[in-house]
Amino acid sequence: MNLSEHSSILIVVIPLIASFVNIFLNFLQRKLCYPFFVLVLGICVALSIDILCQVINFGVLRYRLGGWMAPWGIEYVIDHLNAYLIVIVSSMSFIVAIYSKDSVKKEISKAKLPYFYSTYLLLATGLFGITVTGDIFNLYVFLEIASLSAYALVAIGEKRSVLASFHYIIMGTIGACFYLLGVGYIYIITGSLNISDLTRLLPSLYESKVTLTALAFFIVGIGIKIALFPLHRWLPDSYTFAPSAVSAFASATVTKVGIYVLIRISFTLFEPKFLIEMTPLSNILIWWSTIAIFFGSLIAIGQKDFKRTLSYILIAEIGYMVFGINIGNKEGFIGAVLHILNDSLMIGCLFMIAGGVFYRIGSRNIEDFNGLNRNMPITMAAFTIAALSMIGIPPTAGFFSKWYLIVGAVKAGYLVSAVILIFSSLVNALIFFRILEKIYFTKNENTPMYNFRELPISMMIPIVITALAILIIGLYSGEIISSVIKFSLPKGF
Amino acid sequence: METVIGKYNYWIYIALMMIGFYAMIAKRNLVKKIVGMNIFQTAIILFFISTAYKKDATIPILIKSQEVIDPAKYINPLPHVLMLTAIVVMVSTFGVALAVIMMLYKQYKTLDEDEIIEILRKKK
Amino acid sequence: MIRLYDDLIIQTVCRIMIPLIQLFAFYVIAHGHYSPGGGFQGGCILGASFILMVIAYDINWMKRRFSEKKNTLLMAFGVLIYALVGVLCILLGAEYLNYGILNKIIPTDSVKVRALGTLIIEIGVGITVMAVMVSIFLNLTTFGKHEKGEV
Repeated sequence: MNLSEHSSILIVVIPLIASFVNIFLNFLQRKLCYPFFVLVLGICVALSIDILCQVINFGVLRYRLGGWMAPWGIEYVIDHLNAYLIVIVSSMSFIVAIYSKDSVKKEISKAKLPYFYSTYLLLATGLFGITVTGDIFNLYVFLEIASLSAYALVAIGEKRSVLASFHYIIMGTIGACFYLLGVGYIYIITGSLNISDLTRLLPSLYESKVTLTALAFFIVGIGIKIALFPLHRWLPDSYTFAPSAVSAFASATVTKVGIYVLIRISFTLFEPKFLIEMTPLSNILIWWSTIAIFFGSLIAIGQKDFKRTLSYILIAEIGYMVFGINIGNKEGFIGAVLHILNDSLMIGCLFMIAGGVFYRIGSRNIEDFNGLNRNMPITMAAFTIAALSMIGIPPTAGFFSKWYLIVGAVKAGYLVSAVILIFSSLVNALIFFRILEKIYFTKNENTPMYNFRELPISMMIPIVITALAILIIGLYSGEIISSVIKFSLPKGF
Repeated sequence: METVIGKYNYWIYIALMMIGFYAMIAKRNLVKKIVGMNIFQTAIILFFISTAYKKDATIPILIKSQEVIDPAKYINPLPHVLMLTAIVVMVSTFGVALAVIMMLYKQYKTLDEDEIIEILRKKK
Repeated sequence: MIRLYDDLIIQTVCRIMIPLIQLFAFYVIAHGHYSPGGGFQGGCILGASFILMVIAYDINWMKRRFSEKKNTLLMAFGVLIYALVGVLCILLGAEYLNYGILNKIIPTDSVKVRALGTLIIEIGVGITVMAVMVSIFLNLTTFGKHEKGEV
C-alpha cells in the first residue's frame, strides 16, 4: 500500500471526514476542535505539496474512483494547473485557519464554533474537489458543496450578513443551475461527462448550435460564481459582513477556483481556437473584463468601509484574470495564472489585516486608521507590503503578474485595455497611499489615542507569513513560471 | 410547427424556468423567491429527464433470464442518476435558504425585502 | 410553535402507520443496490415518519425519544460510514470506493461484495438523509431554538 499514489483522493476525503469527526469532538471534548481543525488542514498542505512534486516529476496524475475505467467512472486528473491551484487553496486555508483562532472567538458565539470549523472544512473539501476532478458533473456537485458552505459561513457573520447571504444564495443558485444546464447540453450532444473524453469528442461538433448554447450557459454560470462585473452584486455585501476569517479565506480561494474552472472550460474542454477564432466569445469577455476592471476600481475609491473597498478591488482583480486568460497569447495566460497566486496572497493578507484592525478598534472605517502605526507596527508593515504589491511596485509579487498582463495586452493589440490596467493600478495607488498616509503621517489632535498593543500572536503570524510570501514569490516568480505555469499553457499558445 | 410540437419538452422546461426566474427576480417576498428558485431547479430536472426518454423503451432494470441486451429498449439511466444528485443539492440549498430566511425573520420581523431594506436604511 | 393537540383518530392512525412507514423505508434502503430505491429515497421516507410523529403528537414528545444531539450525531455518523468504507478500500490496497477489494475481509466473491459495499454506503446515506430531514424540520418548527439554547 502506497499512500502517496492515493493523495489526489485523500486531499478531498480527509477534510470531509474531519469535518464530521469535528461534530463528534464537539460533544466529547470541545477544546480539541480547534487543534484538530488546524492539524487536518496542515495534513492537506503536506498532501498538496506531495501532489505538486509528483506532477512535476512524473507528469499528469490520473486516479480512477472505485476502479472504474475513465469515460464511465469518475476520474480525477491532476496536471500542473490543478496542482498549482491545490497548493494555493490548501496553504491559504491553513494560514487562515491559524488566523481564525482569536478573530473568530470575538465574532461568533462559543456554541457555534465547532460548527464553524466543520463548515470551514466542508468549504475546503468543495474547493479541493473542484480542483482535482476530471468530470464536469462531479465538478458541479463540488461547486455546490463549496457554495452551500460559503452561504452558511457568510450568514454567521454580523447582523447584516444574513441578508447578504440570502442574496448570495439566490445568485449562486442561478449560477450553479446555469452551469448544470451547460452540462446537460454537453451530455445531450456527446453522451459523455469526462473532460478528457469530451476534449476528444467535441471538436467535430463545434458547428452545432447545442455546443454554443452549452458554452454560453457555462460562461454565464461561472461568471456569476466568480462575480464578473455585471454579475457581481452578491460579492461586496457578503465579504463585507462575513466574519473576517471567512472573508479572508473566501476572497483568497473561492473566486480563484472559479477562475480555474473558467480556464478548464475554455481551454481544456473546448480548444483555444474555438473560443478565440471561431466564436466572438473571447473578444466579448475581454471587453467585459475591461469594464469590470474600470468599474471595480472606480467604485472602490468611493468606499469608506475598508472591507468593502477590498471587495471592489477584488472585483477589479477578477477582471484582470479573466482578461489575461482571454487575450489568447502566452504572456497574458502566464500573467493571469501567476495573478491567481499573487492575488490570493494579497487579498487574503489585506482581509486578514482588516479583520485584525476590526479586532482591536472595532471599526472597519478607513477614517479610523489614523496613527495605527504607533500601536501595531508589525501589522502595518505587512499592510504596506501588501498594499505596494496591490499597486504593483517591484519587487513585490503584484508587479510581475501585472507586467505580464500589460505586455500581453499590448502584444495582442488591446491598447485600451492596457491603459485601463495601468489606470486601475493608479487607482489602487490612490486608495492605498491615502490609507498609508493616515496610518503613518496623520497626527491629528482629535483622533483618539488607542491604548492597545499588537495583535495576538496567532493572528500576527499568518499576516506576517503572507506578507513575506508576497516578497519571496515576487523574487522567485521566474522559477514558478518555468517549473509550473509553463507546463499548464493550453495547446497552440 | 414541427419545432414547437416535436420538441414540446424543451418549451415546457423553458416556460417553467422563466416562471422561476421571474419569481426570483420580481417577487418581493423572500419565501416566494425561494419557491421560484425551486421551480427553476425543477425545470432543469425536467430538461435532463426528458432527454433520457426513448420511444417504446422501458426502465433500465435487467431481468436475469434475458440473454441478449438491446440498448434501444431501455431508457438512458444516467440522466436520472445525475438528477438524483441534483435533487439532493436542491434539497440542501432549500434547507440553507429556509434557515437564512428564518434568521432574517428573527431580526426584522418581516419577510418582505422592501421592508427589510427600509429598516436597514432607517438604522443608518 | 407546534402545540400538543390531542386527537384520538390521528394519534391512533399514526401509531399504526409509523412502524409501517419505517419498515417500508428500510425496504427501500436495503434494495437500493439492485432495484429502484436507495439511501436518499429511503432516508426521506424514514425522515417523514419522524415528521409525522411530530405532527401527530408533540415536538417534546418526540424529542424525549429522539433528541437533537442524537440527531446531529447520526447525521455525522452516516457520512462517516460512507467516507470510512472508502478509506477502508484504500487501506486494503485498492482505489477509493473500490468495493471489490472488500472480499479480503468479507468472505464472498468479488462480484457479490461489490453489491454488499454499495449496500453499506446506502445505509450510511440513508441515516444521514433521515437525520438531515428531521433536523431541517425541527429547526424550522422550533424557530432554531431546540432545547435549552443548544446549537
